[in-house]
Amino acid sequence: MAEIQTQPISEVPQASSFHMIAAMGGVGFLAGILIVLTYQLTLPVINKNKAVYLEKALFNEVIKGATHKIAYKIEDSNLVEVTGEAAMNAQIYACYGEDHHLMGVAVAASGQGFQELIRLVYGYSPEKEAIIGLKVLESKETPGLGDKIEKDPHFLKNFEALDVSLTPDKSRITHPIEWVKPGEKNKPWQIDTITGATISSTAVSKILRSSTEKVIPIIARHLDQLKTADFPAN
Amino acid sequence: MTAEPQNMDVFLKGIWKENPVFVMALGMCPVLAVTNSVINALAMGLATTFVLVMSNISVSLIRKLIPKQVRIATYILIIATFVTVVEYLIQAISVEVHKALGAFISLIVVNCIILGRAEAFASKNGVFKSILDALGMGFGFTIAVLSLGVVREVLGSGTFAGFRVMPANFEPWVIMVLPGGAFFVLGGWLMLFAWLRERSVKRSEV
Repeated sequence: MAEIQTQPISEVPQASSFHMIAAMGGVGFLAGILIVLTYQLTLPVINKNKAVYLEKALFNEVIKGATHKIAYKIEDSNLVEVTGEAAMNAQIYACYGEDHHLMGVAVAASGQGFQELIRLVYGYSPEKEAIIGLKVLESKETPGLGDKIEKDPHFLKNFEALDVSLTPDKSRITHPIEWVKPGEKNKPWQIDTITGATISSTAVSKILRSSTEKVIPIIARHLDQLKTADFPAN
Repeated sequence: MTAEPQNMDVFLKGIWKENPVFVMALGMCPVLAVTNSVINALAMGLATTFVLVMSNISVSLIRKLIPKQVRIATYILIIATFVTVVEYLIQAISVEVHKALGAFISLIVVNCIILGRAEAFASKNGVFKSILDALGMGFGFTIAVLSLGVVREVLGSGTFAGFRVMPANFEPWVIMVLPGGAFFVLGGWLMLFAWLRERSVKRSEV
């Protein structure tokens, strides 16, 4: 067996500072070019994939059964239609069925989670005046704990009919969303949080509360505009 | 043709004799975390193999240009670059897989198998052998994560790569898709490998 050759640190030939900086700088330069190239090449495909993913989430989980959508952003309490790439970051998606009948409105919202931003989209049914679906689009919550907000069936059941009905003058929500300890939900506007994912599930509740308080009255005011929207050719 | 078996050995040792997971117990974090389904395990295995091959090629190519004092920093820089590249590629292939793997793609940077092979092998050998070494280690890692992923998904969800394989009345063993299940399955595989090794040693003694 060959003996292992060891060399004391002091005997390793000392490279000049210039050599070290040049080596690291050169590798860093090439690394930068490679990353930018990959980013540029993959960006169009990634955007397309994200759009497909969003549409699938909207039509399969948030507003089940919808087939068409029109994206809007909120500008000074008005809804302005957006198309193309801007539609990816829209705040509101009016979702329609096959017969162009408004089935519900999906609202994108985000807020601070346990570690990073949680991005989600929830479905609002103007007929039922309730949240009827929720999908977490992006989160980096702790695997096995915080990420239960995405798949825990009991937690997701909260969002099948979460009451967000408005006051008669439609200016605000009668009962703002509240969150309670697991199993203590006894009002339709309350959310059961998750044991072992308290911070993450509370974060989702807070995001919903602040978003619904702001957005639902605006949707209610523009409901006729959404119901009679002109349809794109697709 | 004396070089050929040697090359073959370089490739095969990562798969069996020096399997990074079952023998060297390296890279345990992704092995336990993202093996709850076959697709996740396969994606993680292939992503790691890609980073291993590319970083081994790069390190082997520049091994004579890099001063010893800054070699580890340089290797990390190279590995981080390819991890970023693979992160974009996975997003371009499937947003769902990217979402399922979450933070663990970025964590390939600190997977000790990759830095280990760069330092122990690629920095001392030519490009061709470094590729073989990376492929062997990468496939060894992929086989290991897949063998966990298959058991955990079939028992924990009753499906294989999303397709139902267990009878409809099968009650899924939920523990299998939870972190605890990863330890049980890993323990089971390690036991099997240890038993096989022991048996072959005993046979060769006889």
